[in-house]
Amino acid sequence: MSDYRTIEHDVLVIGAGGAGLRAAIEASASGASVGLVCKSLLGKAHTVMAEGGMAASLANVDDRDDWSTHFADTMRGGQYLNNPRMAELHAKEAPDRVRELEAWGAVFDRTPDGRILQRNFGGHKYPRLAHVGDRTGLEMIRTLQDHGVHQGIDVHMECTVLRLIKDGDRVAGAFGYDRERGKFRVFRCNAIVMATGGIGRAFKVTSNSWEYTGDGHSLAYDAGADLLDMEFVQFHPTGMVWPPSVAGILVTEGVRGEGGVLRNSEGRRFMFDDIPDLYKHQTADNEEEGWRYTQGDKDARRPPELLTRDHVARCILREVREGRGSPHGGVFLDIAWIKDRIQDAPERIKRKLPSMYHQFKELAGIDITSEPMEVGPTTHYAMGGIRVDGDSQMSSVPGLFAAGECAAGLHGANRLGGNSLSDLLVFGKRAGEHAAAFAKDHGTTSADEGQIEDAARWALAPFERVDDGGGPYQVQATLQTRMQELVGIVRQENELREAVGVIGELRGQASKVGVRGNREYNPGWHTALDLHNLLIVSEAVARAALERKESRGAHCRIDYEGKDPEWGSKSIILRKGEDGGMEVSTQPTLELRDDLSQIIEENQA
Amino acid sequence: MTRATFKIWRGDTNGGELKEYNTDVVEGMVVLDAVHDIQSESANDLAVRWNCKAGKCGSCSAEINGMPRLMCMTRIGDLDLDQPVTVEPIKAFPPLRDLVTDVSWNYRVKEKIKPFKPRPPDAPDGTWRMDQADVDRVQEFRKCIECFLCQDVCHVLREHEKHDSFIGPRFIVYTAALEMHPLDTEDRLPELKVANGIGYCNITKCCTVVCPEHITITDNAIIPLKERVVDRFYDPLKRLFRAITGRKS
Repeated sequence: MSDYRTIEHDVLVIGAGGAGLRAAIEASASGASVGLVCKSLLGKAHTVMAEGGMAASLANVDDRDDWSTHFADTMRGGQYLNNPRMAELHAKEAPDRVRELEAWGAVFDRTPDGRILQRNFGGHKYPRLAHVGDRTGLEMIRTLQDHGVHQGIDVHMECTVLRLIKDGDRVAGAFGYDRERGKFRVFRCNAIVMATGGIGRAFKVTSNSWEYTGDGHSLAYDAGADLLDMEFVQFHPTGMVWPPSVAGILVTEGVRGEGGVLRNSEGRRFMFDDIPDLYKHQTADNEEEGWRYTQGDKDARRPPELLTRDHVARCILREVREGRGSPHGGVFLDIAWIKDRIQDAPERIKRKLPSMYHQFKELAGIDITSEPMEVGPTTHYAMGGIRVDGDSQMSSVPGLFAAGECAAGLHGANRLGGNSLSDLLVFGKRAGEHAAAFAKDHGTTSADEGQIEDAARWALAPFERVDDGGGPYQVQATLQTRMQELVGIVRQENELREAVGVIGELRGQASKVGVRGNREYNPGWHTALDLHNLLIVSEAVARAALERKESRGAHCRIDYEGKDPEWGSKSIILRKGEDGGMEVSTQPTLELRDDLSQIIEENQA
Repeated sequence: MTRATFKIWRGDTNGGELKEYNTDVVEGMVVLDAVHDIQSESANDLAVRWNCKAGKCGSCSAEINGMPRLMCMTRIGDLDLDQPVTVEPIKAFPPLRDLVTDVSWNYRVKEKIKPFKPRPPDAPDGTWRMDQADVDRVQEFRKCIECFLCQDVCHVLREHEKHDSFIGPRFIVYTAALEMHPLDTEDRLPELKVANGIGYCNITKCCTVVCPEHITITDNAIIPLKERVVDRFYDPLKRLFRAITGRKS
């Protein structure tokens, strides 16, 4: 018998970023007893790093905006692979969720008449992002945290969940350990909301923190849930490229929203060279018009720097590969140039982009008010994730819900900037509400000791093995390097096949990894255990990317260039097979209701 | 590439000592990178708390050559590598393991501060109107990433260990963000004077110096709140005015 502490809740929320906190608040408001598990300290989750803002058609800055335009923009950005119901709910409910944050104490930047200010962002037709300078994520998580701690939620900080416990088909709890003391905890509950975020740590160059190891994806997968759209991994076009140790750290799209431009080593604004047909009618064809757009001219079309992230990332890659990159292998992002257009430009840049100013000054020794930044693509976001019902957010496993980045559907083949923070709030709330209702309606669960004992044995196994000097960090680093090389921005069949093979070999190595020291706050042990999750999500991405024989959104195959209409109505599902292997299948995308179809058509004009 | 020597505190709740490690450093590296390299090369179980590695989450607070800093924002190039670089856990809180400390006291303190309580909405659609000029001050306080370096350097907590009667600079800033929020209607001054101990601060401004977000903690948060407390509880004319009118201020 292993030693563990049992904790009981009606609803267990795993993950305490924006989605998890919002879910916990809602479930608690519904009367459920709620436990909230944070992998780190409360308030430190990855949401804190979100910069640009949250998209909601408040229409405070441009009164032509409404939910239907937001819906159409989201679907176009996702290349119509989105779950249309989720895109609809998201567009309709985001404004209320933003206003609710203000009622809980968030302090957004203001319009001249005192309402919430909104800024331009890629793929959004109108200025739509409610923001606080370039630290919107911090404002959001702190608001939810400070409100949440007064709602009677039990917070379990620095606790990692290793396995879900099931009662027949239903989820019945979770097995984990508290990292500070290294002791096991068993959570017994009637419903679970998974809100664990993304998978960025499967790649070498990423904007994601160490926590982003695909825990929710793989916990759900191991429990029998379907994963959807895993081939779509967003490479944000602008990450830092120098100095090497900070490569990948995000440079907000807000820089471009405020008038920043991309140039190659010849000084050319290369984004004008390739504007996709889908966006031609709403993109400026000259620098003057693009500038006017960023300054709020409603008659101007947006500059090509604000095309969708997948496209901008590929254009940057093209410039670098064709020898027109910056000295450290990126391109130039210049906001300093606006001093030619407006007075007090340095003050304005510092006011609107304070943390970018700070970040470049302190990490790269560059003053962005007087010199350009060097930027390049960085692994940023997983569009794919746990397949959920659009209304309730329940996965294919009864009682298991998912919200935020670890859930799939809203973003289709490519996410628009700003749609993530609003996603967290809209679907966090929905998941919390439906999980509480499920827990109430379906009664208590029970789970046999066998599952707990098995998980405990697995968790302690690395201590039994000899630390041969290879160690968990080396396996992780190899995986990250190989994923970046073989499953990165541009993909092809032989490399993807190689990746699947490499992942298999690394799985063998991971099962032999030994760790030193004891159980209290032992990062070597934690890394060894996280490898299981990283390998599952890596395999899922590679296998789905191999299956989708076309280029669409964030998924780019050089052996299958361009979109294939047949693939335009198919999604890829990954499921754990009877033999434990990963099964790949396709399913048709969800039917588009006539009224929604009409909205899309109207917005194409 | 240069070889650098680091002395890192290794230990737990029962005590510990500085241990020496050598690792290669290159241009642009920060202290957290070196700690990670050491972890990966020769000390797999070296405990360090970190998340974003971009100065946004406030997890990797430590004392580098004795100065409270974020490890992710301290460039190695700015340190003197002729001497070993010491990296120690923050000292105002109990050590858990290596560079990780038990900061749970901060979470308990925050929970005791009365939450935000807005006035009724200004518009029929349930929204409010606030001028940017009126929110600038609060937005400065809301930049706080809760790294607790200000708590670490505050002598009231660090040397005098007044954790039971003083909330520290972080939570005075938090209180200021609520008290100066244009929509807030709550009154937190009585607690600030007594249970939260604002009087303990003798404005040495060490907190302002170490704040990685450059919040002017002392001048903009602590002193104005001290003034409000003085006005409320020690100004005889204002006390008389309140006694007559029954108004708060």
